[in-house]
Amino acid sequence: MRNRRSAITSRRKLTSGVPVAGALIMVATILTSIFGFAGFASAATPTYIQGTLVDAAKQPLPGVGVSATGPNNFVGEATSDSQGKWKIEVPAAAVYQVSINQEQLPSGQALTDPTRATIKANVISLGFDVTILFPIGPGVKKATNVERGAQLLADGLILALVIALAALGLNLVFGTTGLTNFAHGELLTLGGLLTYYLSAIAGLKVIFAIPLAVLLSALIGGYLQDKFLWQPLRRRGTGLIAALIVSIGLAILIRYFFLFIFGGDTRQLPEYAGQAGLSLGLVSITPKSIITSSIGLVMLVGATIWLSRSHMGKASRAVSDNPALASSSGIEVERVIRAVWILGATLASFAGIMVTVNQGVSFVMGQDLLLLIFAAVTLGGLGTINGALIGSLVIGVSIQLSTLFIPTELKYVGALVILIIILLVRPQGILGKKGRIG
Amino acid sequence: MDFLFITQQSLSAAIGVNTIIFALAAIGLNMHFGYTGLLNFGQAGFLAVGAYSVAVAVVSYNISLWIALLIGIGNSIILALLLGIPTLRLRADYLAIVTIAASEIIRQVARSATFNKTLGGSDGITGKFGKEFFDLNPFTAGLDLPFLRFTPNDLWVVVVGWVLVAIILLLMWLLVNSPWGRLLKAIREDEDAVRSLGKNVYLYKIQSLIAGGVIGSIGGFVYALSRQSVQPDNYGTALTFFAYTVLILGGAARVMAPIAGAIIFWFLLVFVEQMLRQAVSAGYIPEWLIGVNQVGQIRFMLVGLGLMLLMIFRPQGIFGDRKELALDARA
Repeated sequence: MRNRRSAITSRRKLTSGVPVAGALIMVATILTSIFGFAGFASAATPTYIQGTLVDAAKQPLPGVGVSATGPNNFVGEATSDSQGKWKIEVPAAAVYQVSINQEQLPSGQALTDPTRATIKANVISLGFDVTILFPIGPGVKKATNVERGAQLLADGLILALVIALAALGLNLVFGTTGLTNFAHGELLTLGGLLTYYLSAIAGLKVIFAIPLAVLLSALIGGYLQDKFLWQPLRRRGTGLIAALIVSIGLAILIRYFFLFIFGGDTRQLPEYAGQAGLSLGLVSITPKSIITSSIGLVMLVGATIWLSRSHMGKASRAVSDNPALASSSGIEVERVIRAVWILGATLASFAGIMVTVNQGVSFVMGQDLLLLIFAAVTLGGLGTINGALIGSLVIGVSIQLSTLFIPTELKYVGALVILIIILLVRPQGILGKKGRIG
Repeated sequence: MDFLFITQQSLSAAIGVNTIIFALAAIGLNMHFGYTGLLNFGQAGFLAVGAYSVAVAVVSYNISLWIALLIGIGNSIILALLLGIPTLRLRADYLAIVTIAASEIIRQVARSATFNKTLGGSDGITGKFGKEFFDLNPFTAGLDLPFLRFTPNDLWVVVVGWVLVAIILLLMWLLVNSPWGRLLKAIREDEDAVRSLGKNVYLYKIQSLIAGGVIGSIGGFVYALSRQSVQPDNYGTALTFFAYTVLILGGAARVMAPIAGAIIFWFLLVFVEQMLRQAVSAGYIPEWLIGVNQVGQIRFMLVGLGLMLLMIFRPQGIFGDRKELALDARA
């Protein structure tokens, strides 16, 4: 009680002094800035570190303690008044550490960045007040671990979907031709870049640009790539490791070509750029993310059904299993492989588009994701369809959830470590066949 | 266009520090890939371990450079064991994915802010950690011939580097022509046949991985000492891929191939870059087509294209023997 009363009295004292002191300081500031006399006001004018505590809706937050410490054991304290204002008089020009008492914030309010509970205030010269801003929001960082976990799980599922879309194509190509394609990541970048060029440069609406970009990617990255590069190589009888190294060369060539035409920065699609998140119970997701993820999910499910039900899909699994036998039982192996390439490019380009719409596009986008795609495929078992899906789920979710325990910048490291550990226990991957390992 | 300058730059690069670094990286890969058939895509990780061991030991722990070099070799052996024990039972393409993942783990940990204090974060470590090495430099003047130019320190690095390369190549030659080397080649050709002769294939693969990894980490020493700094992003997957390009250019499974490959690779890289740069600034190539800043990108596009064409039309490289190396994982 006593504390509270004293806080109120001191507040009243402070508010009464504010207009006069404020005017004086203003005059002093203007004069010194005009004439360059730093010492002019120093002797007479008291100097303050000050600020106003308001929440996200600009409503003042009274009764919150702020303290400043400085050289010569200086300690100054203040409490925010009814307008949220606080000020601490300091005796000398020095660097002060200003701290807010987070406990006294009303419930539901917290610092948006909890690491900035103490801020440095540099008083350059007496007579110059320093204003400190403590950004306060609706308790963003007070999220419980359950809420954080739910959000990360949602993010992880979306990432898993991106990886799965890309991994399915990679795995199909591997299954039918044996090619470990290091240029698969560039298919994602291709989809993203085409969407960017069609919407931001050519001026199409994003909803029209996306299907067009997918079609073009399927044509260029699927049909033409197989027709003019991989099919001739198969005809020449190029070995698998040789083909793998060719794909590395292709990846380098295409990546630097993208850098050449697009530049090194990450760019957002102008449409839907700063979309606000929808709050759905525990998690917040942007509408664009919901829509792209839904389409992606439909494509993924469609592709899996196509693979298990359609004639071509069954043929592709037969080719994966034994190309020679499939060929001798009347399956046109080359046609199946062409279809697989087109499907792979279609899915991968949409994965790239998902990333582009939600996070922007850069020339290294595909390369950054490629290792995760490989990790997912390897984890599930090279060449198995369901394995790719399970591997993607494990990798995508574990990457996001791992940030509960490890620094965000190391989240990919965590996923790669998981990959190595699982391979240690089960070298053929989760669903892989034992005969496939060497 | 200043052809004298272009030739000087290209020739200096052809026998310069970068050539030595890539030659060493490729000699290690030759041991792995050329002789044992191991598809190690994590060679950059071995170079990173060598380079960072030296920089961290000297700068952060004040250890003498010579002991730091031994620590670097020790660390690369540990890395080879860590990598080899779980992965060498895997088929070649699995091994490729796991080793590339391992080298990325190393790079991302090295550049993370979490370990900023010891590993220097994304800026890496810069310091005079090569002082003890450069104190021994007998060259007071650099080399300034019409076709060749080195500063005194570069000259010292280049001389020591080539002596190292020569010693390692001699060892390599002795090794691959020993019974041990023949066994590695047998593993490359037919693992099961070797196993049926009662040999422990796994053990020999690990020995090969260690040997090649240590050679790679020596490349890392040269990388770190020549620049007196280490930067995490120098040790990305591109380093590994370029080392493969160097190896395949020369011809895998040939002792001298990495040297030939590295010299040709760097000569062409610098020659093309300088030609383009001068052509752009002299106006032979219009600015709207290629800007001066984009010359580096063109150069890398050409590396990618070169690697593709080489692998398609001449997989044995310039000096290789097509019969010796049948590149096929499923064979």
